[in-house]
Amino acid sequence: MPDRGAVIYRYDGSFAGFLSVVFTSFEKKEQPVQIMSRDQIQTVLFPIKEIETDKEKASRVRAGIRSRMSENGWQKVRLGFDTCHPEKELLLLRFIRLGMRLGKRVCWMLADDTVAELENALKHLTGEAHQYKGFVRFSEAGGVLAAVIEPKNRVLPLLAPHFSDRYANEAFLIFDKTNREMLLYRPHRYVIIPVENYELPLPGTEERLFRSLWKSYYETIGIKERENPRCRMGHMQKRYWKHLTEMDPDVPPRIDGQDGLPTDGHKLKDRIQLTDTADSSL
Amino acid sequence: MDLFDKLQILADSAKYDAACTSSGVDRSSQGGALGNAVACGICHSFASDGRCISLLKVLMSNACIYNCKYCINRASNDVPRATFSPRELADLTISFYRRNYIEGLFLSSGIIKNPDYTCEKMIETLRILREEYRFAGYIHAKAIPGADSLLLNRLGQLADRMSVNIELPSQQSLALLAPNKTKEAILRPMGFIRERIQENTSDLVQYRHAPRFAPAGQSTQMIVGATQDTDYQILKLSAALYRKYGLKRVFYSAYVPVVSSPELPALDTKPPLLREHRLYQADWLLRFYGFEAGELLDEQHQSFNPLVDPKCNWALNHMELFPVEVNKAPLEMLLRVPGIGVKSAHRIVTARRNGTLDFAGLKRIGVVLKRAQYFILCRGKTAEGLKITPDAVMRSLISDRCRAMLPEQAEQLSLFQTAITREDVTKCLTGEL
Repeated sequence: MPDRGAVIYRYDGSFAGFLSVVFTSFEKKEQPVQIMSRDQIQTVLFPIKEIETDKEKASRVRAGIRSRMSENGWQKVRLGFDTCHPEKELLLLRFIRLGMRLGKRVCWMLADDTVAELENALKHLTGEAHQYKGFVRFSEAGGVLAAVIEPKNRVLPLLAPHFSDRYANEAFLIFDKTNREMLLYRPHRYVIIPVENYELPLPGTEERLFRSLWKSYYETIGIKERENPRCRMGHMQKRYWKHLTEMDPDVPPRIDGQDGLPTDGHKLKDRIQLTDTADSSL
Repeated sequence: MDLFDKLQILADSAKYDAACTSSGVDRSSQGGALGNAVACGICHSFASDGRCISLLKVLMSNACIYNCKYCINRASNDVPRATFSPRELADLTISFYRRNYIEGLFLSSGIIKNPDYTCEKMIETLRILREEYRFAGYIHAKAIPGADSLLLNRLGQLADRMSVNIELPSQQSLALLAPNKTKEAILRPMGFIRERIQENTSDLVQYRHAPRFAPAGQSTQMIVGATQDTDYQILKLSAALYRKYGLKRVFYSAYVPVVSSPELPALDTKPPLLREHRLYQADWLLRFYGFEAGELLDEQHQSFNPLVDPKCNWALNHMELFPVEVNKAPLEMLLRVPGIGVKSAHRIVTARRNGTLDFAGLKRIGVVLKRAQYFILCRGKTAEGLKITPDAVMRSLISDRCRAMLPEQAEQLSLFQTAITREDVTKCLTGEL
């Protein structure tokens, strides 16, 4: 590739914007030394080229990658953009260049530096998303289930189909504090929107009861003779603890004088019957 | 009775059941239902002992009429007793599930009144969940030995997975410790479940909407270290169960002394965690690596080597097959290399389609070379700078985890030299490479 002097690309941070970046890089036969999004504020040494997001160019890039690098290759690019790799744009651009040259076999070249780096980033993303399928903790307030997470990668797009299917008749939201966006679901549609900040509402009596019951269960189920904090830490890293009900020091493992359960399940039954007949359009 | 006490008693009694997997069935929430199931299973938390928490694991009741000596809930033991009502347990499950605390319910029970009555209570709980609340999450139900087959059939239609615990791996141990149970009483429901699963498969071919019977299959559990049964006996039994009963999983539970009895290990005995770990490793070798029980242990070698994992032990006894060339070896052989797991083996096969691999390439695709390096060649060469000194080899082949479990640091080296009797490891390795 001819070196025309170092240049930095700046784009709006969206996926379509990134594909426009790829388009420009191929069109101008130019390799940027850095690709940054507009919300990054930093002083730079090289001239900056502003890349406008162009839907037309983006869809041409998408079609090109799909036909040349196979559907599998395209999925890696799409998912790769949600990883927390610090230079994901440059990495993906390198991957796409390699793929456009070599075709779909780029997907098996696991021992290649670029491919291995992308594979690791993807593994981190999908692994974290899988863990969050278990580690998301909802609180109920006013019939809505709400949760806050602090992932490293952008996991909401991977969590959305899972939770939308699991709680098909519920209304729920998950706030991603790291990426400042929120997954909102009402039967039967979800959206992911940017949200600056969100705090869980204070728990009501019923919510406090179930939190405590869960914590009590959690503390009972561990076998003392087999205590193994390192093993636990390996499976459930400390960074998750902050938003896990069972690890929250403010949740008491017992509430006295609790003879029975509030009739949570019955309400659920009513809701199921309601939504069965209700118009499901949002 | 206070709800917290009840939950605590019934969870405490269920915690020695090792099975907590929520795997084996993929199901979307069918219109209007709550919940789904994911084939790979999902862990929702990890307890202080490091074990995964996936299901709400409780007993229906711990008011048991049986008097099995190893069991904390035996009739003659003086412990607080509690029983859930089906409605109460179903509501608790739903409330936990909606908050994403759990993947579903694991329901077992002590025997209240008689096996049929107990089974009916469990069925009622599952019926409320499945039919009233239209719960499509995961349910694991214990088949109650001695219950009527019609009841077991109903239970299996409501649950995803069923299990019957063998607990004690031989007839003699059963007679000694669980006088109310016999081998036949345990194997009968297991055989019944197997047949129903088979029949169900043929029903499904004919009628697509035939009710599914235990779609995630059946599993069992054996206690390790309560009796004199050896690793070889246990592993042989597992292999037979996988083969004859089509089990999905056999779980091993290191015996934690909870009651004192002259027939049982003393109360201060530590649970044999390393033995349990070795059994799980061997179990994986049977299910995913193409090993036979007879290759890992035999009549002369009844116990696992405490120092190295079963695969490594096998490899050290078959050094004539090593080293293998990673660029040529078939998948089955890659799977037999110590330190190479199923994922790594598949990655190697994928990556080498594109050109030969060297050691740096192996590292890049995520293969851990610590143990594997002694057993493989890349392009005909061993790893550069590979030191084959007794100390280095031992350090690499014995896992940190295992070293931590060993009683004495100082004993290690001397033990190692006597443990592998057939061949002197280092001599063998230097001779081969």
